[in-house]
Amino acid sequence: MDRRLAIKWMLAAGAGAMLADPFALGAPGDGQAPVPPPARGYGTDPDLMKPYKPGDYWPLTLSEGERRTAAALCDVIVPAEAQAPSASSVGVPDFIDEWVSAPYPNCVKDRTTILDGLAWIEAESGKRFGKGFADAAAAERVSLCEAVAPEAPEGSALEAPSKFFRRFRNLTTAGYFTTPVGMRDLGYIGNVPMATFDGPPADLVAKLGLTDEVKW
Amino acid sequence: MAVVTPESAAQNYDVIVVGSGAAGGQSAYTLTMDGARVLMIEAGRDYDPRSETPMFQTPDAAPLRGAGTPDKPFGFFDATIDGGWSVPGEPYTNASTEGGRQFKWWRARMLGGRTNHWGRISLRNGPYDFKPRSRDGLGFDWPIAYEDVAPYYDKVEMLIGVYGTNEGLENTPNSPEGVLLPPPKARIGELLARQRGRSIGIPVVPAHRAVLSRALDHRSLPAKLHPGNAKAQRVLSEDMQNRAACFWATACGRGCAIRANYQSTTVHLPPAMATGNLDIVTKAMAREITVDAAGRATGVIYVDKTTGREHRASARVVVLAASACETVRILLNSKSALFPNGLGNSSGLVGKYIMDTVGASWGGNIPLLEDLPPHNEDGAGGDHVYTPWWLYKEQLAGKLGFARGYHVEFTTGRQMPQAYGAYGNDAGGRTSYGARLKEEARRHFGSYVSFTGRGEMIPNADSFCEIDPDVVDRWGIPVLRFHWKWSEHEIRQVAHMQRTFADWIAAMGCVSTRSPSPDGRRSIEPGGSIIHEVGGTLMGSAPSTSVTNSWSQTWDVKNVFVADGGVFASNADKNPTLTIMALAWRAADRILDEMRRGNL
Repeated sequence: MDRRLAIKWMLAAGAGAMLADPFALGAPGDGQAPVPPPARGYGTDPDLMKPYKPGDYWPLTLSEGERRTAAALCDVIVPAEAQAPSASSVGVPDFIDEWVSAPYPNCVKDRTTILDGLAWIEAESGKRFGKGFADAAAAERVSLCEAVAPEAPEGSALEAPSKFFRRFRNLTTAGYFTTPVGMRDLGYIGNVPMATFDGPPADLVAKLGLTDEVKW
Repeated sequence: MAVVTPESAAQNYDVIVVGSGAAGGQSAYTLTMDGARVLMIEAGRDYDPRSETPMFQTPDAAPLRGAGTPDKPFGFFDATIDGGWSVPGEPYTNASTEGGRQFKWWRARMLGGRTNHWGRISLRNGPYDFKPRSRDGLGFDWPIAYEDVAPYYDKVEMLIGVYGTNEGLENTPNSPEGVLLPPPKARIGELLARQRGRSIGIPVVPAHRAVLSRALDHRSLPAKLHPGNAKAQRVLSEDMQNRAACFWATACGRGCAIRANYQSTTVHLPPAMATGNLDIVTKAMAREITVDAAGRATGVIYVDKTTGREHRASARVVVLAASACETVRILLNSKSALFPNGLGNSSGLVGKYIMDTVGASWGGNIPLLEDLPPHNEDGAGGDHVYTPWWLYKEQLAGKLGFARGYHVEFTTGRQMPQAYGAYGNDAGGRTSYGARLKEEARRHFGSYVSFTGRGEMIPNADSFCEIDPDVVDRWGIPVLRFHWKWSEHEIRQVAHMQRTFADWIAAMGCVSTRSPSPDGRRSIEPGGSIIHEVGGTLMGSAPSTSVTNSWSQTWDVKNVFVADGGVFASNADKNPTLTIMALAWRAADRILDEMRRGNL
């Protein structure tokens, strides 16, 4: 990384840290400029063989408070269950932080939505429960999500929060189901070398009333 | 001989090949196996799929869970490097800002070019496809027929390895017995699509893809491909033993470290290098072809991208295999006193009649495929079945309202989850979350089926490229400016695709409130986006009406050949790569013959 870029990123990270108090953010659209993302991504010729983790290419920029809120929200969306752990336990908040901190157009667009939304949910939690979202009781967190899960009418006060919730949910599921744990949870059992490809199980083919009689 | 620098390259070669993809790879392979000394000029960096392919990496090991970005448009693990819809420092322009009038140009600046990431669908053109004008009065006939190309299709299929079956369907040629490899078994969604397709008159047959469903027969194939050439047989036999059969995991778009699928870098270049007759100079941007006072090509001027310095390479023959549009650019930039409008352009037709494939998709959730028991559907890393165009008779009778056909590709199954798409059901606009979301996600994994139409575009005078008078690239080389327009044939073809796909998923039991737009203009993918562009240096039967003759040789300069898709006089629905390779092999055989006869 060249030095000039490194300094730019440090500044961006520092500015992110200044947003640490989520209650200071207020409602969406209150005029606070989002932190500018770094100017460059991973380029057109990154090393594809190297394993990466969020933060390797550009610094993560969510504040401590935003990360706590994001992690709590991730775990309402993908909670721990008997057969699988929660979203936050497989690094989904790091992925969301990486996503909103990235320089690419889709990510930059999402950044405003996500930062404003996290601020809204934190403020709303304070208003309703007298504490931050991450510190609210499980039932309180769910009740807040219930408020934003339905599609809100255009122009209504909940329009932006419900759009945020949909987007945040999609990022959470993308982050979760693309991990080996999430894939297993979903029922994906590929990505292993095999000597032959045998097609679908014979009893399944029969059950669906299909035939596999042709020459392949 | 190997990857060389401009300084270490030889003074003189028999043939210079510009480009290293399907056309360049095949040209270099055929020429070097027969003893010609070849210099290949590639604009991108050296690339080795054996050491650079991320085979089993999961998306959580990639930035942004592997999602596509402007740096890696098809996702982080896609094989393409230094490529995309825009390449830094190498712009192109569009003449119009009007909707539907733009052309998107995908390039891959790397050894092997665009063969590193393609879908490996390998379809032969049929007899109709070489004589379309004779059938319906539109576009152009080729100066060659299916019979001229068939032996080369045979050879290419034996060399690269293609799975599929012979179904004897109209205008969908069979391969000779023993040429194709056995296809993989169909996935469950593909079987359902076949059963329900049949109920509405749509055939589904095994796809043809360049993937080794078993190892190639290294004992018998080399002798069939190179009769009487002991060295070529030995080189190829050894190389075939280094290509493993598919192990039924990982997506082909990442490339293939075990060389089970076709890339120029897994099939063509290793044996060509092993002959000792191939030198490759990478990061070398071809600018123009040089000519002598007699109007013969003497070589190529290229820019070393690392130093910015210009170099000259000399040879008896120049083969352009830079991709249809890049080849046009080189020809038009090769201006001289003898050829003031560019080389090979006495007809004024260089750059004219560029074509892409017509594309549109539609799909939906299939309740019958919900909640299936987990089973492995990775398969051959791409389609196992497809639908060849099936309405030739209705079309010829004028019943369809558009002139050319399309084939259908399928997306089904329990493929590795990717970082796009929503996993919830979101019925009634309500964003699912929690235990309900998890249940929906498990139930719907693998239940979504989508059909993708790939259709024939008829060449038209409004779709062409030329040199932009005002814009140059980083090295000062004038760039291309595109003009684009679909005709009503393509628009109506897309509307037909969408209706058909909606009927088809309904026949599979999809209950959807969505329906596709009846207006093809709203569904057609923008020009260039299927990355099947061909034309611009059309082959024909006369110098006044075409750029090259039936041997892919420019009419104006007899030692310049075009090996890429530029020579296509039509762009059948069949994906162009297999035909590009067949024609490149044919042109290379011609070059070898003419060199032996002393004509080149």
